[in-house]
Amino acid sequence: MTLLEIRDIHTYYGKIHALKGISVTVDEGEIVTLIGGNGAGKTTTLNTISGITPAAEGQVILNGEDITSTRPHEIVMRGVVQSPEGRKIFTRLTVTENLEMGAFARSDVAGIKRDMDYVFDRFPRLLERRTQLGGTLSGGEQQMLAIGRALMGKPRILLLDEPSMGLAPMLVKQIFEVVTYLNTENHTTILLVEQNARMALSIANRAYVLQSGAITHADSAEALQHDESIIEAYLGGH
Amino acid sequence: MTDSQSHDAAPQPGTVDMITTTLLKNTLYNPLRLAGGLLLFLLVYVAVTNIASGNYTLEAFVRQSITGLAQGGIYALIALGYTLVYGILLMINFAHGEVFMAGAYVGFFAINAMEQSGMLADHTFLALLITLMVGVVASVTIALLLERIAYRPLRGAPRLVPLITAIGASITLQQLFLRLFGPDPRVYPRVNLYILPGIFRDLECAEVSGAQVCKGLDLIDGLYRVDVLGMNLRIRPVFFLVAFFAIVLMIALWFFVQRTKTGKAMRAVAEDKNAAALMGINVDRVIATTFVLGAALAGAGAVLFALYNQQVTPFMGFVPGIKAFTAAVLGGIGNIPGAMLGGFFLGIVESTGPALLGISSQLKDVIAFGLLVLILIFRPTGIFGEVLAEKKA
Repeated sequence: MTLLEIRDIHTYYGKIHALKGISVTVDEGEIVTLIGGNGAGKTTTLNTISGITPAAEGQVILNGEDITSTRPHEIVMRGVVQSPEGRKIFTRLTVTENLEMGAFARSDVAGIKRDMDYVFDRFPRLLERRTQLGGTLSGGEQQMLAIGRALMGKPRILLLDEPSMGLAPMLVKQIFEVVTYLNTENHTTILLVEQNARMALSIANRAYVLQSGAITHADSAEALQHDESIIEAYLGGH
Repeated sequence: MTDSQSHDAAPQPGTVDMITTTLLKNTLYNPLRLAGGLLLFLLVYVAVTNIASGNYTLEAFVRQSITGLAQGGIYALIALGYTLVYGILLMINFAHGEVFMAGAYVGFFAINAMEQSGMLADHTFLALLITLMVGVVASVTIALLLERIAYRPLRGAPRLVPLITAIGASITLQQLFLRLFGPDPRVYPRVNLYILPGIFRDLECAEVSGAQVCKGLDLIDGLYRVDVLGMNLRIRPVFFLVAFFAIVLMIALWFFVQRTKTGKAMRAVAEDKNAAALMGINVDRVIATTFVLGAALAGAGAVLFALYNQQVTPFMGFVPGIKAFTAAVLGGIGNIPGAMLGGFFLGIVESTGPALLGISSQLKDVIAFGLLVLILIFRPTGIFGEVLAEKKA
């Protein structure tokens, strides 16, 4: 069943035509990844879905409902949660407060408590540092906090923007394990944006390749992993 | 340590010598700092001479400090509004003085009506509470309209644009009140609110049909001579009431911002609006809430101010507004305890300064703004300025 569909969206930054007619569908329970180089429009796509940079043309449809011009916080309340690029954790809020902010749209106290315990259980480092300010965490810890914070929103679909950026290979592996776990155990649908195409394709069901604001390839992750042109351009040759 | 002792000629990094030398160098090579330093030195010299010659006594200092405490409390209450809005929007809401004025002005209509109906005399406490609430509601309404009409449409504009708009809004509000209610000052009625007759047994006494009746301490209009440690002081309880009120509200605000869900959302929005929106926080509502909080404090302060200052005019918000802005900068704008401290500091310096320096009390504004200039020269981030420095990084 299609959970999220974007139909032929065009998004502008001032006069810059950042997205030139992009269509993506994400089915319930899938991991779908958007790969592509710098400036291809990956982050803009997520921000258009989240309502931060609304589409000028086209539609964003969640579960049959048009959310193209819905405001960002209302989109979150409908279960579309984004963990933004560069983590964007609140540096002057404590770890616990950051997680509380992730659950801002919720009011089920018991559920919030349970999810926070889950995040602390999953990332013991965060438990150790729960009273520290977000700004004092290391890059890896901040990424854990960013993902934990997104989980606190109890997403139906999680938009993950570059979770591996700037992290050591060991941590990248750990983060991707968590992403897979969320998908298989929590049944969270995931739309993953990554520059680390190899890693992304290894965990995704399907993938879209973006170039200069348009989609050039759309196929199963398996097929794209063996596509010559993709290997050449995004997977660093043979 | 032994190493640094052996080279006592050249100061080592981190030693007291080093710090003094650097400070001296920075001061001497910067003409502004040099001028500021000389001015500061001159002021201290004049003050010390004045004290030494016996022209300025401890009694005068204590007496003026009490006045300053009340004035400072008002500045602090207004300054909190500047600091809250700056913290979240990085914008100076120059119309905040008019938000203050609106509270005092609309409060006047309430208290005036209650005086005429006799309610003020019969149920003084309740009448004051209603006046306070009317003032708060008036200020909050004006602030919400300001935010919605003047500031929200300019949210994405360069920072200078809302600043100029704020000045325009300030003038608009002054003129609006001037045209609606005329230029003549309105005068708050004198209010006697007697409290604690059991403790203050010998205050406000009168013969009532042959018997001596004492009403207790007059909290608003009272003025009492008190001898403390040989100092002859004239004390107005209302001054302490204002200071107390300011401190209580500041602490309440601090808890609100630190502990409540909305308060945490305010801090999140202050740091990153897009990230906050991605958490499901309604950024517009949080910003409006910030304006409401600042305006409520200003409205409450305005009614208190009008109760002892009595005169209200459409222009009454301008000078306190600018002073409170000075106080907010003094404490480090964007910082809640800073605004509080800056307000009290400014109030006390302003009221003790003229006599201490042996100048006319009409020059107290010069002292206030001179202080602002000195702060901007020596510590542009204010007393608690580290937050601002962090923001730049």
